Amino acid sequence: MQRILVGIKRVVDYNVRIRVKPDGTGVITDGVKMSVNPFDEIALEEALRIKERGGAEEVVVATVGPADCQQQLRTCLAMGADRALHVQTDARIEPLAAARVMLKLVEREQPFLVLMGKQAIDNDNGQTGQMLAALWNRPQATFASKLQIDGQKAQVTREVDAGLETIEIDLPAVVTVDLRLNEPRYVKLPDIMKAKKKPLETLELAALGVEAHEQLQPVRFEPPAQRQKGIKVKDAAELVAALKQKGLL
Amino acid sequence: MSHRILILAEHSQNQLSVGTAKCVACAAGIPDAEINVAVCAADASAVAAQAASLKGVSKVLTIEHPAHAHALGALIAPQIAALAGAYTHVLGPSSTFGKDVMPRIAALLGTSQISDIMAVESATRFRRPIYAGNALLTVEVTAGTKVVGTVRTASYQPAPGGGNAAVEKVVSNVELPTHTRFVSVSAAKSDRPDLQTAAKVVSGGRALGSAEGFKILYQLADKIGAAVGASRAAVDAGYAPNELQVGQTGKIIAPELYMAIGISGAIQHLTGIKDARTIVAINKDSEAPIFEVADIGLVGDLFQVVPEIEKLLAG
Repeated sequence: MQRILVGIKRVVDYNVRIRVKPDGTGVITDGVKMSVNPFDEIALEEALRIKERGGAEEVVVATVGPADCQQQLRTCLAMGADRALHVQTDARIEPLAAARVMLKLVEREQPFLVLMGKQAIDNDNGQTGQMLAALWNRPQATFASKLQIDGQKAQVTREVDAGLETIEIDLPAVVTVDLRLNEPRYVKLPDIMKAKKKPLETLELAALGVEAHEQLQPVRFEPPAQRQKGIKVKDAAELVAALKQKGLL
Repeated sequence: MSHRILILAEHSQNQLSVGTAKCVACAAGIPDAEINVAVCAADASAVAAQAASLKGVSKVLTIEHPAHAHALGALIAPQIAALAGAYTHVLGPSSTFGKDVMPRIAALLGTSQISDIMAVESATRFRRPIYAGNALLTVEVTAGTKVVGTVRTASYQPAPGGGNAAVEKVVSNVELPTHTRFVSVSAAKSDRPDLQTAAKVVSGGRALGSAEGFKILYQLADKIGAAVGASRAAVDAGYAPNELQVGQTGKIIAPELYMAIGISGAIQHLTGIKDARTIVAINKDSEAPIFEVADIGLVGDLFQVVPEIEKLLAG
């Protein structure tokens, strides 16, 4: 079966204004809206489009985390994924552990392509895709803004600091996606109803033989320093004068 | 020396990046450290000489192979992982180059990475931004774990020159994979300063309305010797190319002067300019969030204000 595996993460919605807990032990997530990481939604959308073009037979979506993650997996099923895998744990999962989990799922599902976001917008780590590619000993194409599959190969255009870079990779491979790859579809109500009947399998982290194994201990969370309140000027002349005074023009 | 730090050089085959010099500055904050730089290139001589001149660097290691004519993470990672045994820390810049290759190195070394190091508290304790810079996290690396990290270059000044490190050729017997091949890179040639390192940046948002509208920004930028940047919205709309994007998922910059023109100031954009010395905002919406971080704000129509500024500077 020609299969695409998509890794997703449950994160604080991108519209939420983040606040650090007063005791510095984390950020406030109680009562806060949670969503599928926006980059992962783009990854899923790309997988669905490949399948709709006849380039894949099945799209499987997977995540690792606590029971609540099933809400986001259901959202993905409503978007069009065929089935979902939930690796359940309440432990804090670092990128390397997430990559080890994904490797176990890769060995089980034998995808020709793994897609995921280039980073999750909570911890901004940007590691899991590259780590999976390393552990799997397969190619990686990060920050993809265009993906063309051609038999056993793919051409990927990547958004890099210099502009756009195109590389060719053999499949199977890991591709992490950037913002401009596509625009994810909206979920319609009938699809949400249908998603409830789609298969969602729960696996225990320990049963996969992966340990959470924490290497980076969070010591302290704090809010960033606030900038000093600035001034308002009324026109271009005042602006230029103010900048000249600061020696900036 | 109790700490040995290996920095992976970023370069264009003949020019070492400023980001690499900033990694050296970050590494210099780790106590009792010996700093080495590794250069993977087809011909490493020019870049190695530049790295050797950075103050604080004691040795430059060159790994030459025709396949390193282009920086491909899947090829560089096994080379660096093979060298890393002798080191306590492996660092690279938090550019798209470093973001691509460093996690692959970390995984080969069996460790998670510390992304976007903005401050060093000790050899094992580092501060980094999370949630698009809306929170800062201090992390402690578990004892006995190799530290692999990317350096948030906007947080550091480049290490000065004047050094004179030894250059040593590494004979690598690492087998390089052939599954990843470079095809092409398209970058607009520009005579303007580089966005990442420019002292002044003029940046535009969706309010510019079109690629045509962006021209008034280029004119202003050229007048004051600034680089041009753009918000995600402007890039998404096709007004500006992707390499100009500033923000959480684009470039993180720290110029002396940042002029945000027609940019509303989404938190994802603000995270890219937090370290700018002076932020100027020009926007016709007085409620735009950009005004909350601006040092100088001007509520007005950018299509009037920007040409006026230009005229004032011409006189």
